Amino acid sequence: MIELRPAGPEALLLVLAERPEPGLPLRIARLAEMLRAQLGAELTDLVPGWNSLLLHYDLLRTDHRRLAERLRPLLDAWQARPGEEGGGRLHEIPIWYAGEDLPEVAAGCGLSVTEVIALHSGRTYQVGVIGFAPGFAYLSELDERLALPRRATPRTRVPAGSLAIAERQTAVYPQASPGGWHLIGRCPWRLFDARREPPCPLAVGDRVRFVAIDEAAFRREGGRP
Amino acid sequence: MSRFRVLRPGPLSLLQDGGRHGWQHLGVSPAGPLDPHAAAWANRLLGNRRGAALLEIALGGLQLECLDDGWLALCGADVPIRLDGVPRPNWSRFAVRAGQRLELGFARSGQRVYLAVPGGFRGEPVLGSLACQAREGLGGLHGDGSPLREGDLLAGGLGDFPGAASVPWPFVPDYRASRPLRVVPAAGQEEVLQGFVARSWRLSPQSDRMGARLSGEALRLPPCEWSQGMVRGAIQVPPDGQPIILQADRQTVGGYPVLGYLHPLDCGRLAQCPAHAELRFVATDLETVQQEWRAFLRFFAC
Repeated sequence: MIELRPAGPEALLLVLAERPEPGLPLRIARLAEMLRAQLGAELTDLVPGWNSLLLHYDLLRTDHRRLAERLRPLLDAWQARPGEEGGGRLHEIPIWYAGEDLPEVAAGCGLSVTEVIALHSGRTYQVGVIGFAPGFAYLSELDERLALPRRATPRTRVPAGSLAIAERQTAVYPQASPGGWHLIGRCPWRLFDARREPPCPLAVGDRVRFVAIDEAAFRREGGRP
Repeated sequence: MSRFRVLRPGPLSLLQDGGRHGWQHLGVSPAGPLDPHAAAWANRLLGNRRGAALLEIALGGLQLECLDDGWLALCGADVPIRLDGVPRPNWSRFAVRAGQRLELGFARSGQRVYLAVPGGFRGEPVLGSLACQAREGLGGLHGDGSPLREGDLLAGGLGDFPGAASVPWPFVPDYRASRPLRVVPAAGQEEVLQGFVARSWRLSPQSDRMGARLSGEALRLPPCEWSQGMVRGAIQVPPDGQPIILQADRQTVGGYPVLGYLHPLDCGRLAQCPAHAELRFVATDLETVQQEWRAFLRFFAC
C-alpha cells in the first residue's frame, strides 16, 4: 500500500514500502524516471529515500491533491511492473585498503586485516540513497561480520576519497567533510565533480564492487597519498 | 555594467540566487537566500526576477567601492547604510556614482540584509546556479562556495530608474516584534506538535544556514524513520529531543523523525532572529500556508 504524505507546501512524500528491501532502490529509480518523464514540468526535484520518493513540486503549477490524482494510475502501472533481473549498472571502484582505522576495525571484528579486505571487496553493493553530501552514496549491505557502530566521536575532517563503513553500510566520502564512520581505504577517483556531466557516476539502484589495488596503482589512478 | 570592489566583506557575505534546483537526487542542497521576503523585495525594487543573484549579508559590516554610476537596493536587517558618509534608507533603491563608498554598519534588528543590483550580480554558475553553499564548496563568486573576500570585484547591470523608491510600509517587517511562527503538522504528528507549540524555545547560537537549532524541554519522538528526502522548514527531532529546523543549506535526505513544517515565510522570519531569541510556534493548516505562499510566488513572479 503506497502512502502519500504532504511534506510542507511544496513537496509530497511517497512511502513505497514499509521497510527497505533488496531490489527496491532500483525500482524507486525507475519510478523516478517515469514520473520525471510524465510530470516533469510540475516537479522540481525527485529524491529517493530507502523506502520512499520525495517529490518537490512547483506550487504555481500544481499542489498535493492534483498531483495525487495524476499519480494514481502511474503508481498502479509501476506496482504492476515486474522487478528487473540482474539489477542496475555495475561500477568497479578501485580501493587502496589503507584506511587509518583498518587495524582497529579488524580488532573490533575479531578478524585479520586481510580478512576484512576480503569480506569488504568480496560482495556487490547497491546504491540505496544519495545524500549527506553531494555524491555521497549509501551502499548496502555490508557483511554482518564487519558491522560496527559509528565512532563515539566523529572526526571533524575525513579526507576526500575515504572509503568508510558503519553498521551495515559502506560509502566513499566524495569531498572532505566531518564524519563518524570507520575509514578502511582510499579511492583515487573523484566521485563528485560539479563540472562533469553527470557530476556523479553513481545513481540510486546502481551496483558497486570494490577492487583492491596497491599504492602504486592508487597513484597511477590519480590518487594522492 | 556597474562594478563594485569589496573593501570589507563583513563577517559573512554570500552571493545567493533562486537556488540550485534539480540536483537533490545527487545530494546537492538548493541553498538560496535564508529570508525569501527581504531578498524578493530587494530584487523587485530593481525590476529583477525573484531569483536574480544578490548578496546576503549576515549582520552587516560590508564596505563596497562603486566603480561606475549605477543603482542598488537594500532590504532586510536594520543596518545603518551610508553612502560617502550620508545615510541612505533601507528597504529602498538608490543611485550610486563612480568613486562613492557604501558602508553598512551592524544590525540593530534582524540578522541578514540583501543587496541587489539591476539584472543581478554576474558570475559563473555551478550546476545552473550562483548560490553559495559553503559546506558543499559550490557556487559563489569563485565557484567554490567561499564567501565574499576583500578585493573581490562584483559586477551587475546598469538599469534606468526614474528615481529612488521604497518598499510600501505594510510590507516592511519589524524584526523586533515577536510573533509566533506557523507550523503545519506532519502526517500523524498532531499530538507531538501540540507539545511543541505549548513549549517556549530558544534559538541556539549553534544555528547556521543549514539548520536553526532550538533548545528547550526535550520532545520525545520514536526514532523509527528510514532516511528520506527532506524539505526546507522540516522540523526534525533528533534523539536528544532538541528540534532542528532545516534551512536553505539543509541536507537533501535525513533520518530523524519530522514533527511538522514551518511556513516558508516564517523560515525567513526565523533567519532574522538573533541567537538566544525566545521563539514561540503556533499550528496552522497546509491549505492556508499554500495559499499564502502561492500568493507570494505569484506576486514576485515578474
